[in-house]
Amino acid sequence: MYEIAEKIELSHGVYIFKIKAPGIARKRKAGQFVMIRTDEHGERVPFTIMDPCNDDGTITILVQEVGKSTSILCGMNKGDFILDAVGPLGHPTHIEKYGTVVCVGGGIGTAPVLPIAKAMKAGGNKIVSIIGARTHGLVILEKEMGEVSDELHVTTDDGSYGHHGFVTEVLQKFLDEGVQIDLVLAVGPLPMMRAVCDVTKPFKVHTLVSLNPIMVDGTGMCGACRVTVGDKTRFVCVDGPEFDGHEVDFDEIIKRNRTYFKEEKRAMEELTYHEGPRCYEEG
Amino acid sequence: MDPKDKKKKLSPTKMAMPEQPAAERVHNFYEVPMGYTPEMAMEEAKRCIQCKKPLCVGGCPVNIDIPWFIKYIAEGKFLEAAHKLKETNGLPAVCGRVCPQEDQCEKVCIIGKKGDPVSIGRLERFAADFEREHGEVAVPVIPTSTGKKIAVVGAGPAGLTVAGDMIKKGHKVTVFEALHAPGGVLVYGIPEFRLPKKIVEAEVDYLKRMGVDLQLNAVIGKFETIDEIFADGYEAVFVATGAGAPKLMNIPGENLVGVYSANEYLTRVNLMKAYQFPDYDTPVLLGRRMVVIGAGNTAMDAARTALRLGPEEVTIVYRRSREEMPARAEEIHHGEEEGLKFQLLTNPVRFIGDRDGKLTAIECVQMELGEPDESGRRRPVAIAGSEFTIECDVAIISVGNDVNPLIPHSTPDMRITKWGTIIIDQDTGRTNKRGVFAGGDIVRGGATVILAMGDGRRAANSMHEFLETGEW
Ligand SMILES: Cc1cc2nc3c(=O)[nH]c(=O)nc-3n(C[C@H](O)[C@H](O)[C@H](O)COP(=O)(O)OP(=O)(O)OC[C@H]3O[C@@H](n4cnc5c(N)ncnc54)[C@H](O)[C@@H]3O)c2cc1C
Ligand SMILES: Cc1cc2nc3c(=O)[nH]c(=O)nc-3n(C[C@H](O)[C@H](O)[C@H](O)COP(=O)(O)OP(=O)(O)OC[C@H]3O[C@@H](n4cnc5c(N)ncnc54)[C@H](O)[C@@H]3O)c2cc1C
Ligand code: SF4
Ligand code: SF4
Ligand code: FES
Repeated sequence: MYEIAEKIELSHGVYIFKIKAPGIARKRKAGQFVMIRTDEHGERVPFTIMDPCNDDGTITILVQEVGKSTSILCGMNKGDFILDAVGPLGHPTHIEKYGTVVCVGGGIGTAPVLPIAKAMKAGGNKIVSIIGARTHGLVILEKEMGEVSDELHVTTDDGSYGHHGFVTEVLQKFLDEGVQIDLVLAVGPLPMMRAVCDVTKPFKVHTLVSLNPIMVDGTGMCGACRVTVGDKTRFVCVDGPEFDGHEVDFDEIIKRNRTYFKEEKRAMEELTYHEGPRCYEEG
Repeated sequence: MDPKDKKKKLSPTKMAMPEQPAAERVHNFYEVPMGYTPEMAMEEAKRCIQCKKPLCVGGCPVNIDIPWFIKYIAEGKFLEAAHKLKETNGLPAVCGRVCPQEDQCEKVCIIGKKGDPVSIGRLERFAADFEREHGEVAVPVIPTSTGKKIAVVGAGPAGLTVAGDMIKKGHKVTVFEALHAPGGVLVYGIPEFRLPKKIVEAEVDYLKRMGVDLQLNAVIGKFETIDEIFADGYEAVFVATGAGAPKLMNIPGENLVGVYSANEYLTRVNLMKAYQFPDYDTPVLLGRRMVVIGAGNTAMDAARTALRLGPEEVTIVYRRSREEMPARAEEIHHGEEEGLKFQLLTNPVRFIGDRDGKLTAIECVQMELGEPDESGRRRPVAIAGSEFTIECDVAIISVGNDVNPLIPHSTPDMRITKWGTIIIDQDTGRTNKRGVFAGGDIVRGGATVILAMGDGRRAANSMHEFLETGEW
């Protein structure tokens, strides 16, 4: 059992949880994730570990309410216990001195970008960050990203704050202007990561993306998380989650992530129908 | 009981075990064979002629004293029978159900020469079930602590055996398990209708009552490495992480929506209980026409699981012929009774999908059997120009497992084969790394429950010796 030490609402339907998990906290590095199962009936759901190092034996995750499992988790509060937390899983981000690293965070993708940006900074790199959201209210972690970045650019789709437009437009501008970029790291919705790769490819700028397929075990046992990278099938949970974005078959992973569209909808409807906390009579 | 008196009356056929009728059981996940009643068990036990040199014992990988436990059953001393079994086999209720007995103990049973062999497995199951259901599972007296700590990595049959053996020898035991439930393949792979999970739970509970410390959600290689386990004061480690990585086929379309590995399909349904979706949160695709590729035990488990989720049709596609199917005859028979179809001498070459990336069909070729290959089985060869398609919306690939590389990668000084299996000394289970033992599927690359347990038994003895003498 893993106690929720803190819960903060960041924006509508987006929460930060601090969870007591000393074993995981001791080992985790930037780029890794945990799998969480809230209760006996729950799914195993992956979340990126957002802090590179809390010293108090907790890990921090940011959760966006999108379906049943995330809604159940977001309904939990400080002092509640999560049944299972497994990690740290996946390879940590490979940190070295590249030069200038552009960190691109789309939506809640900014959360996983933050620890990587910190680690890259500590590794001696210049950090230029571009974070984007649909609208001003959904921009997250601006202050924290500002602290770790040498330069921070914020974009909103509706122009309510920062640059009016997509994160890719800012990146495109840098590349067109001939700004020296040694590595681009992008995390966010799949279409956004694909768009970033499309922008950097003609300039041959090495681009890492952190993929978020559907997972079951997270330990390489099932293959649910498989994705084609450079014509080879890779398991994101053990081979990733970061890959060379120019090699990823985004079309495939986008389609695979829609596998349970019908079931997810049904699960969500039943959840809203049975209001209130989940309580089971085990038969 | 004098064997000579009994001989005349011996029935050539074994006592049948009651089963759920096929038409009923395809709609539920309850166990298929329902077990012997005490009367049936005693009757069957009397068919054993109590050989002086029992061949059956040599056929059992852990050499259970078969005539002895059967004698107890014949005499109605069911608890004694169970205790006798537990002397050599920590999981009799499991082995009695899932052992390929027809290839092991029962294959060499002497009375099998004339008629059916004694149903050793069913009797084993009966005794173990009787003990569990009558709440008489006594915890053995644990000797005074040796003060030594050992760690087991992986809570499958191999790991659980070592845990039980070592705690009985007076050592402190911690089991690290990656998943949220102990049991390994017994909980995530083998379906409920073949091995009810409550049986595995009872066995694990027994270990806990003996004092085994079980740490779930601990992926070794990530959470901690083997060297870190030693640094925490453990003096020996048994690695039993199984062969849990699915083999795929490397043919086009393999990542279409609707193409599963058997591991994923079975894990969703068994471990995550997708058959109770949406009460349990994990979904699984309910196909209309489903295909399972392969014909081993895993394929049969996947196919029979699929049948229970209500599709129109489930077909096994296999590249060799019926005789070569590796699954147990009993499982194939059960599958057939439940309506499973077979498309033999057929090999998939490509998965075909629609615009949404969803599986719609599999292109296959017909095969014929050529010369025998290394395995002694005739090699299947594609017949040129014989391509055809099978329409389906869910396909489950079940063509074997590889070894999960997490442990080998995080323990670079441990020797492995080119397939990633750990190299051990056969007699002692010792790896080349001091203090580290291994056994089960991580060594054998996919075998059986009882072989995994046998490995555990050997390794535990050798580990005990190591702890006593310090000699490697
Ligand atoms: C390595 C990794 C790290 C992740 N890190 C985070 C994180 O830090 N914070 C966070 O909120 N989420 C993260 N995710 C995504 C998160 O796991 C999913 O949002 C979650 O599984 C959805 O579960 P659900 O039952 O609430 O929704 P579902 O009912 O399963 O899905 C609802 C909707 O969300 C979409 N969806 C489902 N799975 C995913 C997915 N894996 N990625 C994106 N969309 C999905 C579905 O298509 C559907 O439209 C991560 C995923 C991976 C693989
Ligand atoms: C579907 C299916 C059906 C089968 N049917 C039969 C049958 O009828 N009869 C039979 O005799 N055999 C059968 N087998 C084979 C049998 O189940 C295996 O041979 C046996 O379970 C091997 O035992 P094990 O202890 O070596 O490994 P496993 O049972 O695989 O257990 C390994 C355990 O280690 C854990 N683990 C893995 N990596 C790590 C890590 N890094 N850190 C911590 N823990 C880890 C896993 O989660 C797992 O719990 C079947 C196998 C399958 C897949
Ligand atoms: S453990 Fe398996 S092989 Fe040994 S006696 Fe029991 S059923 Fe037979
Ligand atoms: S070989 Fe058969 S008859 Fe002989 S002891 Fe074993 S089970 Fe009994
Ligand atoms: S989630 Fe099962 S292998 Fe990656």
